[in-house]
Amino acid sequence: MVNYIIKRVIHMFFILFVISIISFVLIKLPPGDYLATYISHMQVTGAQIDQECIEILRTQYGLDQPTYIQYGKWMWQVLQGNFGWSFYWKQPVNEILLQRLPFTILLSLITLIFIYVVAIPIAIYSAVKQYSIGDYGFTLMGFIGLATPNFLLALVLMYIFYKYFGISIGGLFSREYAYAPWSFKKIIDLINHSWVPIIVVGTAGTASIIRVLRAMLLDELRKPYVQTARAKGVRERTLLFKYPVRVAINPILSTIGWQLPFIISGFIIVSVVMDLPTIGSVLLTALLAEDMYLAGSIILLLSSLTVIGTLLSDILLCIVDPRIRYYK
Amino acid sequence: MRRQKSKNAQEEILSYWQLIWRQFKKHRLAVGATIILIIFYFTALFCEFVAPYDPHHRFSDRQYVPPQRLHFFDGEGRFHLRPFVYGIKDEFNPETWRHTFSPVEDEKYSLGLFVRGDEYKLWGLFKTDLHLFGVEKGGTLLLLGTDNLCRDLLSRIIYASRISLTIGLIGVFISLILGMIFGGISGLYGGLADSVIQRVIEVLICIPAIPLWMALSAALPRDWSPVTIFFALIIILSLILWCNLARVVRGKFISLREEDFILAARTYGASQGRIIFHHMIPNFMSYILVNVTLAIPAMILAETALSFLGIGLRPPVISWGVLLQQAQNFQVVALYSWLLIPGIFVIIAVLCFNFVGDGLRDAADPYTKR
Repeated sequence: MVNYIIKRVIHMFFILFVISIISFVLIKLPPGDYLATYISHMQVTGAQIDQECIEILRTQYGLDQPTYIQYGKWMWQVLQGNFGWSFYWKQPVNEILLQRLPFTILLSLITLIFIYVVAIPIAIYSAVKQYSIGDYGFTLMGFIGLATPNFLLALVLMYIFYKYFGISIGGLFSREYAYAPWSFKKIIDLINHSWVPIIVVGTAGTASIIRVLRAMLLDELRKPYVQTARAKGVRERTLLFKYPVRVAINPILSTIGWQLPFIISGFIIVSVVMDLPTIGSVLLTALLAEDMYLAGSIILLLSSLTVIGTLLSDILLCIVDPRIRYYK
Repeated sequence: MRRQKSKNAQEEILSYWQLIWRQFKKHRLAVGATIILIIFYFTALFCEFVAPYDPHHRFSDRQYVPPQRLHFFDGEGRFHLRPFVYGIKDEFNPETWRHTFSPVEDEKYSLGLFVRGDEYKLWGLFKTDLHLFGVEKGGTLLLLGTDNLCRDLLSRIIYASRISLTIGLIGVFISLILGMIFGGISGLYGGLADSVIQRVIEVLICIPAIPLWMALSAALPRDWSPVTIFFALIIILSLILWCNLARVVRGKFISLREEDFILAARTYGASQGRIIFHHMIPNFMSYILVNVTLAIPAMILAETALSFLGIGLRPPVISWGVLLQQAQNFQVVALYSWLLIPGIFVIIAVLCFNFVGDGLRDAADPYTKR
């Protein structure tokens, strides 16, 4: 197992390296270099152009040197925890990330848990009571969940809440708690605000897992060993949870990591619509303003976190399920 | 399709695709979805004719008119075989500073087929002013209301379907070509090429797609023409979506490589090209078709999301995502909820592709008894 983990970690570093190159290419992608954009932005907003600051940036990132040296210098800064300067927010990128990233990670993890907690019981119910009204209902909901774009679901929910309950459900905090220090009430307020975005982002993932698990479980339930156990008089509930569910659930659990990119992607769009203090809306404004060190850092961090999350879930599964150890 | 008669005249031997079709027909939902999709694509093909108005036609002083209702019964309860709409009267509300629109029961305009209206050039070739349906002169037919620039939403949705639905097709076609080439190389030759391609796919699948798409499409130069942006966006979307298809193709090539009939063909002296195109590809074409059908909705959803955020297609190009862009601001949605209607069309299209894909998946392997 140690071998497997070492192999995976080396593999992960390779992927992280490729991701860093992609992020750097994205930073370089807009026409004109960063400093020119910076200067023109400063001129538009009428701010003083600090010649000293520009010189510092130029030497720090080697902007007058060849591309691979620029990449090296940028990577060196990033590895030291310095992600650059955002001229749009007039802040170091680190500070913006520090404000936004924790909520992004927190919401993504809760959504991941939400998806499994909701999907598994529904899938088991649908498979056991195949072709019942409940099964049809969940299947229909699942299809619609898969077909509805996240942002549309968010808009519709916001509209319904506004229209029929007269409350606006955007943001993660009520106004009075937004800048208040952490307290028990603030946490309650956070929970009250966060369940809608979690449902919105989690729906598609839930729907796909219900679909897969239901099909797997149906296959499993038709197998002769189930009939044998039943003939021997094993109680239906014990029978179900002890054998077929455990077999059918395995592929679902082993692909936990695959959900992460979708959840992260989902929150990007939903955060724009619902005005969440997560990283998505920052990414959008950064891209539109061509504030590329901010945008590139966000993409680098989101992708790296996803890769690390996938690795962690794989290692966890490897500890839980001996067969994975064996096959790899 | 060719039907072969066997020696026993009673028995018909159905070809592979006939078996698939027979199995597919049993999936009611899939057949219904296919019909809806065909209607959608015909509408998209003839959108100039089907839409009652030009998508850029502005109705003066008709900003944010709510959807008009079609009536069969008039104020006195008399039945009309031809449905009609009432005229629209607008009043200015000095308190809210908004115009409110109400129907005028005295003015009735009947709905008609093949009505003359805005002039257009069908496919840029035939100049005409004939529209599939519309109302009598003097009235306006705004079945789904109007937008912020006083344009008919229904006509705009119909025009938008042309862009939104073709983006799926062209994009998946490009993804398919990429997937076939790379999946094929990977599966047929193995070795170094295989591991390099597999690593690339792994990286692309690990990265959350939306941020990457956002960065790439935001970097498209603003001065490009709408057509160039359209194709650039398709290529950006395909850059990631080919991965799944490549995986499927690779898996199929690997499993077929070991089959006896391939070995037989090889010992018989068939060329590599003949083995690939004559023996292998027809064998997994149905699986490719399933995956292609299920990839189209992903493409449509991605385009809608990017255009909604304002970094995909931009006006004057009309796609469902571009139309939904107006609904980005929640205040607008709260007041003018009909601006969300384009979303319903997205959902229907995506649902239908999913149903068809499901039906095809069940039918793809017609030789296994179920």
